[in-house]
Amino acid sequence: MLVLEKRAERSALIAVASPLIAIVLTLVTIAILFALLGKDPLFALKVYFLDPLNDPYSLQEITVKATPLVLIGVGLSFCYLANAWNIGAEGQFLIGAVCGSWLAVVTHGTEAGPWVMPAMLLFGAAGGALYALIPALCRVKFGASEILVSLMLVYVAELILDYLVRGPWRDPKGMNFPTTAEFDSVATVPILIEGSRVHLGALIALIVVAGAWLLLSRTIKGFEIRLVGVASKAARFSGFSSDRLILFTFAVSGALAGMAGIIEVAGPVGHLQPGISPGYGFTAIIVAFLGRLHPVGILIAGLFLALTFIGGEMAQITLKVPLDLTKVFQGILLFYVLACDSLIAYRLRLIRTQRKVAHEVANGPA
Amino acid sequence: MGLLEAIILAVLAASTPLLLAAAGELVTERAGVLNLGVEGMMIMGAACGFAGAYFTGSTIVGAVCGILAGVGMSAVFAWLTLGLAVNQVAAGLALTILGVGMSGLIGAGFVGERITAVPQLWLPVLTDLPFVGRILFGQNALVYGSIALVIGIWYFLYRTRAGLVLRAVGDNHASAHALGYPVLTIRTFAVLFGGACAGLGGAYLPLAYTPFFISGMTAGRGWIALALVVFASWMPGRLVAGAYLFGAVTILQLHAQGAGFGIPSQLMTALPYLATILVLIVISRTRGTIGSAAPASLGLVFVPDR
Repeated sequence: MLVLEKRAERSALIAVASPLIAIVLTLVTIAILFALLGKDPLFALKVYFLDPLNDPYSLQEITVKATPLVLIGVGLSFCYLANAWNIGAEGQFLIGAVCGSWLAVVTHGTEAGPWVMPAMLLFGAAGGALYALIPALCRVKFGASEILVSLMLVYVAELILDYLVRGPWRDPKGMNFPTTAEFDSVATVPILIEGSRVHLGALIALIVVAGAWLLLSRTIKGFEIRLVGVASKAARFSGFSSDRLILFTFAVSGALAGMAGIIEVAGPVGHLQPGISPGYGFTAIIVAFLGRLHPVGILIAGLFLALTFIGGEMAQITLKVPLDLTKVFQGILLFYVLACDSLIAYRLRLIRTQRKVAHEVANGPA
Repeated sequence: MGLLEAIILAVLAASTPLLLAAAGELVTERAGVLNLGVEGMMIMGAACGFAGAYFTGSTIVGAVCGILAGVGMSAVFAWLTLGLAVNQVAAGLALTILGVGMSGLIGAGFVGERITAVPQLWLPVLTDLPFVGRILFGQNALVYGSIALVIGIWYFLYRTRAGLVLRAVGDNHASAHALGYPVLTIRTFAVLFGGACAGLGGAYLPLAYTPFFISGMTAGRGWIALALVVFASWMPGRLVAGAYLFGAVTILQLHAQGAGFGIPSQLMTALPYLATILVLIVISRTRGTIGSAAPASLGLVFVPDR
């Protein structure tokens, strides 16, 4: 039978190769799934993963979709490195969108200057951070599971957003649709490249990636985060407080998720409405793991997962497969990533069970 | 039928899927495994349960399909966390993401389709008793089944040797291993049992609660079931109380919305989730006085030395 055996040293080769192995395994599985759905697997994979790369519009869309994934993913990696389990980024994303939108709604139709957009980003980040601090405080002060609390708050955030756009913030000229009025131009994120959909958010995401890399590799705080994750006892002896670190990592990841939320609303969407996120907050969990919790890895992983969103939409149109296939794909990918990561610290070994050994001792090898 | 009777009937109906899923997770966690994929297993149970009942016209086949779906999902989880020593939190999240996606894929073919709901018990005389008749003798089989399941679990955990071993594995896997108990095998069975219960709890939704399938119909019930296990302090008896309390919150907020007190409906809909958070805080604070501690090995990776 197959058993796990701890490696003497972590395998550096597999550490680099594991995300790639996971992607290949996922592609094989997806191909089989396509075949089961009665589609030509190779053609389907081409539609899903290659066609978006050959189409300028899709390439822009990939950067647009990757922006929130990378922002949230970087924040989540801080939490996961420190063994703090924030799985409510989706909620923090929505609350960030709500808090930033508040400014857009109250300044709508006024002579407000160009300070509005930066202030909105600040509000979004602050809102997301405060919302993320709720589960962190519940954990630190009361010992309540931050996993469950942060997830419950996702549902609450959806309802808060829903209430606002159906009630007080609804656009009176919006034909009764649950949406705010289109944001004024001072309240929108500027386009980066003229004539495209690539907006300032993409640049912000790149800056965040660089900042996160600096923080993790060049500062004491970064060392603390990594140390608490791998050796919590040693961290405690060196005087690092794990409670403070939980609050810190939750606040950072909440702020980044909240900023991603307001960037999405003030950028590609242009107004606040329900359904602004196709599950970015959850997909970003996969992004964080696929990127092996490293900022640069997360950047690449974010682009790849964005590709699956675009490919999924293309496949829905061209191949007539349900959009949910994208989620299946993402779930399978996370499974393979986790399984392959396990092989960094362990190796699989085939051993003979004792019964078989006893049998062979008695009767000679089979 | 009086309003109170109607409310109690509705509470029983709404609590049953929570109770089924939470009972399974309780056994899984007692063996030391934290499976956060309950939501994914439930929604797969709902999709497959509906599919089974739709194609065969039999709710029993539907329930079996739901159970098998839950077992299948949990087998993947067991293979990852027990076979490959993957972090249980991450693997549970993966299971939920996968389950939500797969159920959408399966359910896409059933939009707008209906099935016949599970019949309710009807006993001459007894069911006709005023007030208590419908409540005690007029439920569907799954409502009684869920209570029997919890009693069975209580008996197993506290009155059998196998239950004692299972609890030992959850409290100290190293010692249990040293004593010669097959830790990983026992945990695998506990995970599969949890999956079966979650699958059945999910299947309950289209089979007995609303006779159709819509994607995302579990609406966070899997996560609430996880919170219920904490609420119950890992004890089966308290699980029943917790599940009915949550069912009551769900139903009361619906009635309050119907009555319309001028409170935003979204606030009412948020009540079960807010109540969950509140309960987690209160229970976690009082742990050690009224609550018992979590199984000591809960969520920890175990790779046996050879």
